[in-house]
Amino acid sequence: MASYSTNQFRSGLKLMIDNDPCSIIENEFVKPGKGQAFNRVKLRNLLNGRVIEKTYKSGESVEGADVMETPMQYLYSDGEKWHFMVPDNYEQYEADEAAMGDAKKWLKEEDRVDVTLWNNIPISVTPPNFVHLKVKQTDPGLKGDTSSGGSKPATLETDAVVRVPLFIGEGEVLKIDTRTGEYVSRSKA
Amino acid sequence: MTERSAEDWRPTAGLDGLRRRAEILATIRAFFAERGVLEVDTPLLAASTVTDVHLESVACQLPLAGRPTTFYLQTSPEFAMKRLLAAGSGAIYQLAKAVRSDERGRHHNPEFTMLEWYRPGYDHRQLMAEVDDLAQAVLGTPSAERLSYGDAFLRHAEVDPHRADVAELRRAARRTSFDVDAFGDETDRDFWLHVLGSQLVEPHLGVGRPTLLFDYPASQAALARIRPGRGGSPAVAERFELYIDGVELANGFHELLDAEEQRRRFENDLRERRERKLPEGPVDERLLAALWHGLPPCAGVALGVDRLVMLAAGADAIDEVIAFPIERA
Repeated sequence: MASYSTNQFRSGLKLMIDNDPCSIIENEFVKPGKGQAFNRVKLRNLLNGRVIEKTYKSGESVEGADVMETPMQYLYSDGEKWHFMVPDNYEQYEADEAAMGDAKKWLKEEDRVDVTLWNNIPISVTPPNFVHLKVKQTDPGLKGDTSSGGSKPATLETDAVVRVPLFIGEGEVLKIDTRTGEYVSRSKA
Repeated sequence: MTERSAEDWRPTAGLDGLRRRAEILATIRAFFAERGVLEVDTPLLAASTVTDVHLESVACQLPLAGRPTTFYLQTSPEFAMKRLLAAGSGAIYQLAKAVRSDERGRHHNPEFTMLEWYRPGYDHRQLMAEVDDLAQAVLGTPSAERLSYGDAFLRHAEVDPHRADVAELRRAARRTSFDVDAFGDETDRDFWLHVLGSQLVEPHLGVGRPTLLFDYPASQAALARIRPGRGGSPAVAERFELYIDGVELANGFHELLDAEEQRRRFENDLRERRERKLPEGPVDERLLAALWHGLPPCAGVALGVDRLVMLAAGADAIDEVIAFPIERA
């Protein structure tokens, strides 16, 4: 894998840090008028999501990480693994629970997702920003409860539980923002 | 930083930022007019440039008397202004464009505006007082705290920057986000002082009120005089910097007058450049000739005007106060 010099650093660049693949979130150039220049970098560890800070002497090189984001289609889960396919070439990949993270709460078969591959193995799965899911179970809203902002839990077809307004009933399809895990609206028919 | 797009003809600074810049330039000119300091204008293109290992100038070629000749875009107007001082100009200031290759970030654009001024008869302490006055005039800041480089490091990095050896400095650097194990084979004390300075010390400087940091290690003298150590106190460079909100704003010297010492420092720099395989330009013989002729005892300081405008405007990035940063130049 190629190395990157600090002057190629930019957000989104993938580097190997302490043997883990990381993605640059923020790159700050620090230089005294008379003195050594540094790059102060914030990175996200792509395996555990932790944010770390590193400082490099400007001009230093850091090994790149062989990380690629690939659009795929979600096929199915066998309970232990989640299976995906690249639509262009039908190549299949399987992700384990750690790589799935929260994504497993939102996916229905055939959904399009971005799968992050490190050395060709899925390490994370990003669902679409918005998904449309049917309510499997929710208690009826309490009549006469007029307090605005009142909400109740609802279990969706994927078994995810979200807070929804009191007027939402079972069988309705809802638009959910997967980045926040929050109800947005009823889906348009 | 900015993507190339159909919108990149537009300035990155808002009109407020540009208006603020104009007001500050007017305030600076009024400040010096009132004090009888002469505004001067020296070349951006010069036949030689700085030797400083940490500054890269941009070279270009243009014909001079029919022959292609290398010129350098100045990294500061310092050498030319010292030639004016040697020629008897008296107190002078300049608002100049300066260019430093490979410097780009939240506080850096390769081309920037510098305020530089010289005061014959002043030492660094007297000039520090005037820098404080200017900051108050432009930013309305309270009077600046004076803090020695040594005390600042003892307080924030818990090392004595004048006496600690490389091993001790390296150990202190474990408290920073610098990867000491992977990249820490440096044996240069100043390298470690820069690691500690930028990570542990600077963020605390100029918080609440400006900080004037003074008496630098002799090894970081650049073009400042060195005051020999006496009675157990270490030799220090009569150099200072102004910090506001953790941002380095100005760097000043009680200026070195000795032409021979100046030549030695240039040659040391060039030797270090050779070792690091950095480009080596010619030494500025005209500056050395001016020093031989005689530079009046003086102090001088350079201040980053863009950063001053940033602070005045409460901006987070230099792009908010310059019309067209390098990606849109």
